[in-house]
This record gives sequence, structure tokens and C-alpha cells, in this order.
Amino acid sequence: MKSMRKLNKAGMILSMVIGMIIAACMSPAAGPEVVESDEAAAPAMQEVQSTLSIVQERGKLVCIGNAQLPGFGFLDSEGNFSGFDVDYCRAIAAAIFGDANALEVRPATAKERFTILSSGEGDVIIRNTTWTMSRDTDLGMNFGPTTFYDGQGLMVRKESGVATLQDLQGASVCVVTGTTTELNLADQFAAAGVDYEAVVYEDFDQSFTAYDEGRCDAVTTDKSSLVSRQTTLTVPGDHVIINVTLSKEPLGPAVRHGDDQWFDIVNWVVYSTMLAEEHGITSQNVDSFMDSNDPNIRKLLGLEGDFCAKIGLSNSGCFVDVIKQLGNYAEIYDRNLGPDTVFDLPRGLNSLYTDGGILYAPPIR
Amino acid sequence: MQEIHASQVRPPFYRDERVLGIFSQLLVVLIVVGMGLFFYSNMITGLREKHNVAISFSFLGQAAGFDIGESLIEYSRERTYLRAFVVGLLNTFQVAFLGIIFATALGIVIGVMRLSTNFLVSRIAAFYIDIFRNIPLLVLLIFWAQAVFFKLPRVAEAIILPGPIFLSNRGVAIPWGIPTDSWNSYLIVLGIGVILGAAVAWFLREQGKRTGRMPLITLWFLVTVAAVGLVGWVILPQPMTLDQPFLEGFNTQGGKILSQQFMALLSGLIIYTAAFIAEVVRAGIQSVSKGQREAATSLGLNPAQTLRLIIFPQALRVIIPPLTSQYLNLTKNSSLAIAIGYPDLFAVAGNTILNQTGREIEMFTLIMGTYLSLSLLTSLLMNIYNRRIRLVER
Repeated sequence: MKSMRKLNKAGMILSMVIGMIIAACMSPAAGPEVVESDEAAAPAMQEVQSTLSIVQERGKLVCIGNAQLPGFGFLDSEGNFSGFDVDYCRAIAAAIFGDANALEVRPATAKERFTILSSGEGDVIIRNTTWTMSRDTDLGMNFGPTTFYDGQGLMVRKESGVATLQDLQGASVCVVTGTTTELNLADQFAAAGVDYEAVVYEDFDQSFTAYDEGRCDAVTTDKSSLVSRQTTLTVPGDHVIINVTLSKEPLGPAVRHGDDQWFDIVNWVVYSTMLAEEHGITSQNVDSFMDSNDPNIRKLLGLEGDFCAKIGLSNSGCFVDVIKQLGNYAEIYDRNLGPDTVFDLPRGLNSLYTDGGILYAPPIR
Repeated sequence: MQEIHASQVRPPFYRDERVLGIFSQLLVVLIVVGMGLFFYSNMITGLREKHNVAISFSFLGQAAGFDIGESLIEYSRERTYLRAFVVGLLNTFQVAFLGIIFATALGIVIGVMRLSTNFLVSRIAAFYIDIFRNIPLLVLLIFWAQAVFFKLPRVAEAIILPGPIFLSNRGVAIPWGIPTDSWNSYLIVLGIGVILGAAVAWFLREQGKRTGRMPLITLWFLVTVAAVGLVGWVILPQPMTLDQPFLEGFNTQGGKILSQQFMALLSGLIIYTAAFIAEVVRAGIQSVSKGQREAATSLGLNPAQTLRLIIFPQALRVIIPPLTSQYLNLTKNSSLAIAIGYPDLFAVAGNTILNQTGREIEMFTLIMGTYLSLSLLTSLLMNIYNRRIRLVER
């Protein structure tokens, strides 16, 4: 009995000591004044520091990209990123720093990309990301100009003889989670009245491995990605992308809500590549345009008006740097997806409006 | 006597142990609650000011819009997010429940083997434990999914075992019973069987008490139930028909399909957890003092009886608490399903729903709350069992 009471007493003293320690630790935070200044300080700092100044201070752009999609964003065995999306990351870096290599590509999965952007771990997402209303609103994203108009497709084995959605009755379909693809798949199959088994994976590699191994009869994602991933399958020739489009997939860059200047920079860098193509300016011949009399060209090349300053860039030839280092839209497209690559993707919708496509950049003036 | 004396002369309240004790505990509670409130309000303010969103669970009532590959209940894309959540929960529940049963069985076998006097048997068990306890579960899961199940033949060339059981890289299709109209009457027959079995068990127990020779009560109980069940099966017009899988179109139809993801997850969890359970069982058996075994032998019990009647009941007291931890681990580890594409609670709720809605805080609160409830439920059941088998001290 006596020892029990002693124990009790020791316990009580211990709990009091712990209580006091916690109280002591808490007391600065518990004071109302301190809390207020703490709370005020954090958002204030964020409001003052624009994304542009963060990027400039850091000395490089952090671009949230893909590492698994050849042609768009791919990390090769030597640790270099390449692809259509990566080139647009480079273009933004070129506009800001005059150096396309002032860039860090932060590879992300489909599901984590928005969180990484929201938390400030990256500055812009250029990762075959579809512009949708709920991403625009719920997720607090601002979508820049569409760089690639895509549509969701299905790849199947040639031997299966599948040509339409209806042929896929009872099939297993591999899909990546956290994507619009997952929703389109459910919508379109329900609309067609086709029963199927969705096999959902967390990333592209898993999804295509499962398809390649025969776990699934079909795999679905954006058509451009299907073309790109087909090259990585064991026997690419055994597979075919069927002529069915499940959805509209406008792919483009996305930035956080609330920094309009940064949004403008991303927008106009993309537009500048389209405008350059429109005027026939390429990375090779850009210098010959420096004495052009065309006011539209003069504005694009920073010879007239101070348009780079309007988006907060001190480099008056910001678009010249983009064109010199990356080229115009056609050059970027051809380098990564064009006839000389394994993908050989026809431009289709991604041609200038003058060539029957829907690329239509607003004028610089 | 001393205590009565102490309580008669009460010290002033600031030196009264009881008052001070209550006061200090109140203080701690206040601080903890205060901290909680501070962080909560900080989160709410942050969300409102930075993202302009408020905590709300109303999105759970919206249509989910995505499909889930396997589900124990009816589900389609028009159903709500809540329904999708429940689908994931049931999938987790299914794999955890089966995993616990099989891991326990395998674990006990390996644990007993480990203590075998046969060198080969005990080395095999030790080898098993050392290998599987030391491979990270994620590695094991991906190994099962990609190196074992993916490498099975494609469904068109499936291995057909008698049954028929179709073995392919889609999973395992097995024949499955479908209840017919007379199924409900059959359940009543089974109920009667259980009552009859209980009566037989009671009778045998009473007789055993009288004669001092305890028969195998559980065995006779099961025999009675099975006998009644068999009679019912013969009398009633087919309470259940057998649905056999067959190959049609892209997949096998009919029967029950245990998907490749489910099989990979279940096998991985069982093999991994069984290694730990084996060690728990070994420790439990070794904790029973040698004297008990010697006493049992000198009383004339054979080795099997010694294990069943003397060693195991005593070992259980040591085994149950760490075993509970293993069960909890298995349940929680099932969330690694996301790596191999099985739609468990975390994959559906923490991945798909979270991605489609962007409601991190709400979803994670729900997910954590659910796993907590699952774990608390498991440990509650195990604690009840633990209390039952506890050594009764007189």
C-alpha cells in the first residue's frame, strides 16, 4: 500500500512537471499578440514575393514535368530530360534568364503534380496536363494556352481484332489513376453500354507493363502518349491504336491561382513560339529578321515597344532568346514528335489556323 | 488503519495530493485541447485565406464518375464518392480478413516447425523466417505481382486445373456456389445442426466430467453439424448450384474471379506476416517452462496431446498480445495495394477520390479515421479473446 502511494505521488509530480514544460513551450504561442504577428507574417511574405522573383532569386526555373513519356517529357539514361513539354519548360527559362538550361525538371506522377505546384515546390506544370473546369476551379489552377490538342484513345493487340468500343465487351482496360482519362473511360464505356474491368495503376510504367504482359486487353490514355509509349512495348508492331476518340484533351501549362504576372509570362512565352511560326521566324533565321520592317515582327523581337517589361522581364529580347534557343512551335514539334522521330505524329489540330489547325495566338501589341 | 487516520486530518487544498493530482491532469488536458484547437483553427484559416476553401464533406454525395475494377457490392460510375469509399473499405476488409486467417495458419505451422527436433524441418522454417522477414513488404508485393502473376500464361492459354480452375495472369477463376430458392431453408437446417451439435457437445462434456475421460468435444460438434448439413443437402432440392468458370471473349466468365492484384496482395501479406507470426509462436511455446512438458510426459500424455493440452494453452497467453500487433500491421500494410493496382481503401479514397476532388484534408481525415477504427476493432476482439484465455489466478 505504502509503495503504491509513493508511486502515485511520483506519477502526480511527473505529470505536473510535464504539464509545466508543455505550458512553458506553449506560452509564447498562446499569447494573442505573438500569434497574430506569426499568422500575419506568413501570408504577407507570400503576397509580397511573386513567383517571378522567387524564380529569379533561385537562379533557375523549377518545372513540374513527366519523366516517363518519350516525346513529351522523358528522362534518358544519362539523366537528361527531353521532349515537347520539356522544351516549353526550357522556353520559359530562356525568356526569364536568357538561358534555356537555367532549369530543373521536377518529375511528378499524375496524381501528385497539382499538390507539388500548390505547395510551391515547383513554378509551373508542363506535364501533358489536360485543362478541365474542375482543375481550373477546385484545384486552383490557371491553365495557359494549349500547346497540344490531344484526344483520348485506346491501344489494343492487333490479333484481338478490336475496332470499336463495342468490341471491347467484357475486356480489361489498364488506366492511370488521378487522370481525366479514368473518368472519360467510365463515361464513354457507360454511354456505349459496354461492360469492362478497369485496372487502375498509379503510374504510366505500371499501366503499360500490365498491358504488355497481357493483364489488360486494352490500355487507354491520350493518343499522343499511346503513340509514344507504343515504342517502348516489347513488340511495338503487335499493337494498334483504334480509331476511337474518347475525349477532348487540351494539354498545356498550368500555374497557381493568384499570380497574374507569372501567368502572363507563361502565356506569352507559349504564344511567342506560335507567332514565330506564323511569321516564318526560326532559330536559324531569327537574326535576319532583326532589320525587319514588319511592326508585328519588330514587336515580337523586342525592337519596338517594351513588351517583355510588361510581363516583368528586364530582358528586352525575351522572345528572341526563346526563338534562338528553342525555335518556333513547328521546330519544337518536329524535334520531338515530327516525321524525323519514331513517333511521326501528324500535326492535325496542332497546325496554325492558317494551315487548317486551331493554333491561333493573340497579337503582341 | 493508517489511511483512515490520514483522511481524518485533511491538509490545505494546495497541499492535498488528490486536489493537486486532479488539477495537474486538468491542466494537461487543457493544454492538449488548446494545442489541438490552435492547429485546427490555423488550418481552417490557412485554407480559407490561401485556397478559399472550407472543410466540407458534402462532396461525398456527388457522383463519383469513375469505375472500380473489383467490388463486393454493386457499384457503378453514377454512384456517389461515399459508395466508392465503402467499396474500397470492403476490399481492404476482405484482404485483411483472409490475410489474417491464412497468415495465422501458416505462421503457426512454420513456428512449430521451427522448434522441431528434425534438423531439416527446423532449418527450412528458419530459412523461411529469415528470408521473408527481411524483405521489405513492398518489394515482396511487386515481386508477386510482376514476377509471378504477370508471368502466368495469358487468359486465352490459361492453365486449367480440375474444377475447373483457370490460372492466368488475369488472376484465378474458381467455381463458385450460387444459392437457389431452397437456400434459405437450408440455412435453417444448418441452424438446427448447430443446436444439435451444441447439445451433443454439452452431453459429452457432462459425461467427461463424470468419467474423467474428456472426449474430443470440438470434433464431435463438427461431425454432428456436418452430418445434419449433409442430410439437409440430400433432402432439399439443391440449395446451391455450382457456377463453373469458362472462357468467353476477353476474360473468363462465371464462377468467382480472384484478380491478379488481389492474389498478389494476399499472397504477399500472408507470406510476409506469417514469418513474424512464426517467431511469435516460437517465442510463446518456448516461454512455457520445460517442467510443464516433462510433467505432461510423466503423466503419460503423448507429444501431440502435450502440445495441444499443456503447451499451447499456456503459450497463447504470451502469443496473443504480439499477435494482435501483427494483425494490426497486416491490416495497415494492406494499404500498399496501391503499388500493384488493387482497389483497396487507400487506393480508392487516398488516390482516386482525392485526385478527382482535391479534398486532401477531408479524405485523409476519413482514411485515417477508418484505419483507426479497423485497428481498434481488431484489437478489441483480440483483447476480449486475450481476457478469456488469461491465466485464471486463484
